[in-house]
Amino acid sequence: MKHIRTIIAKEWAEVFKNRLVFFTIVFLPLIFTALPLIMLSVTKSSVPEGSGSSEVPQMFAAACGSMSANDCVQAFMLNQFLLFFMMMPLIIPTTIAAYSIVGEKTTRSLEPLLATPITTEELLIGKAAAASLPAIVVGWASFIVFILLIPVTGASKAVQLYVLTPTWLMGVFVVGPLMAIAAVNLAIFISSRVNDPRTAEQISMVLLVPILAIMFGQIAGKLVIDIQLMLIFIAALIAADIGLVFLGVKMFQRETILTRWK
Amino acid sequence: MIRTELLNKKFKIGKGKPPIHAVQDLSLRVNEGEVFGFLGPNGAGKTTTVRMLASLIGPTSGRAFIGDLQIGKDDRQIRREVGILTETPGMYERLSAEKNLTIFAELYDVPDVPKQVEKYLSMLGLWGRRFDEVGSFSKGMRQKLAIARALLHEPKVLFLDEPTSGLDPEAAKLVRDFIEELKAEGRTIFICTHNLDEADRLCDRIGIFKSRLITVDTPENLRKQLFGRKVVFHLRALDPAWLVLVRGLDFVQDVQTVDNRLVIALAEPETQNPQIVRALVQAGADIQFVGELRHSLEDIYLQTIQADQA
Repeated sequence: MKHIRTIIAKEWAEVFKNRLVFFTIVFLPLIFTALPLIMLSVTKSSVPEGSGSSEVPQMFAAACGSMSANDCVQAFMLNQFLLFFMMMPLIIPTTIAAYSIVGEKTTRSLEPLLATPITTEELLIGKAAAASLPAIVVGWASFIVFILLIPVTGASKAVQLYVLTPTWLMGVFVVGPLMAIAAVNLAIFISSRVNDPRTAEQISMVLLVPILAIMFGQIAGKLVIDIQLMLIFIAALIAADIGLVFLGVKMFQRETILTRWK
Repeated sequence: MIRTELLNKKFKIGKGKPPIHAVQDLSLRVNEGEVFGFLGPNGAGKTTTVRMLASLIGPTSGRAFIGDLQIGKDDRQIRREVGILTETPGMYERLSAEKNLTIFAELYDVPDVPKQVEKYLSMLGLWGRRFDEVGSFSKGMRQKLAIARALLHEPKVLFLDEPTSGLDPEAAKLVRDFIEELKAEGRTIFICTHNLDEADRLCDRIGIFKSRLITVDTPENLRKQLFGRKVVFHLRALDPAWLVLVRGLDFVQDVQTVDNRLVIALAEPETQNPQIVRALVQAGADIQFVGELRHSLEDIYLQTIQADQA
């Protein structure tokens, strides 16, 4: 455990000195939290009372239940921003892991590290935790700040309660960490093959594709992010995580790092 | 202290291609407190050997021991017992020298981290720069810091892979002097180097290696084996009769002339030189200097490698 703590402290001491990583961790959550709040402020009375929910896809309108038309529109738009909170734990660890692993690779600092009595598991867990913990904490903290600030926007009680439904809570508190695990392991795999952190980061962003697909699917009225979709998404992510962790562990063996990481 | 028995390492390089046999049947013994030089051309497998001995990678076959610990079985304990200076220093550039060493001291489970960090930063003359980012350090300073890192946990065995590579003469001398100090402390030191003069000065024994161990002995014995012992007699002038005279001495193995010098191959110069001096003086020769011809380690190395290729 002591070794893992040392690795985490080392990673944070080094990676957070990188301005790009620092800005990703500070500004991304600020933007992703501010945008839905701004949207709620701007749209608090955009749909006249009694005009129905024609502004939103029929599939979603059916799920609005007793919400007013304006609340339904706001809930629909908020659903797109839920995806932001799911993206956050993916983008942040990808950036940290890419800079951390490719950085070690290019400065050849992994070999002396591997020469210490640290186990491969301790090293991998340390690196994965250093990359994913800030993302998970920042993601959750952003969501809590978001919830606390919703009343300030003038949104109705129904909208306030909408973001506390199981769909949202699972999206933030379950999908978020699962996304972070996937991101770190994919970043490890890709970092072992490339020598530029930006390349590793960009390729790792392939994980955004399913989230974007859901976003566009919802906007197009083809699907709705509800509890059922969230459960399917979680199941798929767990399967992907298992595969990616297996791949990450395989790539992160001493001999592989020393002899094949070029 | 270090023992290998028919150690082999093969690397797979792709389907359908034969594996690269980086280390072949290496059997070697390095004694406690000995400084052993491991010489060989680029790609000879020296770094692979060091990585195996430092328990960084496993052998394909054969056995190796550090003391009583076996590589492949006691890897974690071996990593605690050995220190390694890797080919490139590999420091954390954005962190200070002190932070770099603190991280490694913690990973090596050093009992009093600040004290040990201070000890080695001071020993290597880096204490005054301890808060500076390593990125701002010169190559020599980084190398010294990497040596400090390898010593933090007071290893009994030290592997140094090209310790003075790329350093200016002053920095190289500092590193060499430090290795001498470590030698005086009785540590077992295994050096991979291309700097043959350095190996000659530092090493008790050397091994010449190119995928397999070609030869191993003290530099002095290798000189004797390869070139015999030769003594140079510098004369004021050379008379061909003196050449005949010297050739006539039954213990003389060979004589050659170079300008006014006689280069004489002898088995025991200590006892045979006076007889040659007497004979030459009696014959009327003026002897200006007498000295043993010393072949450099470079000569030994090149001769050995060429003979192996042939």
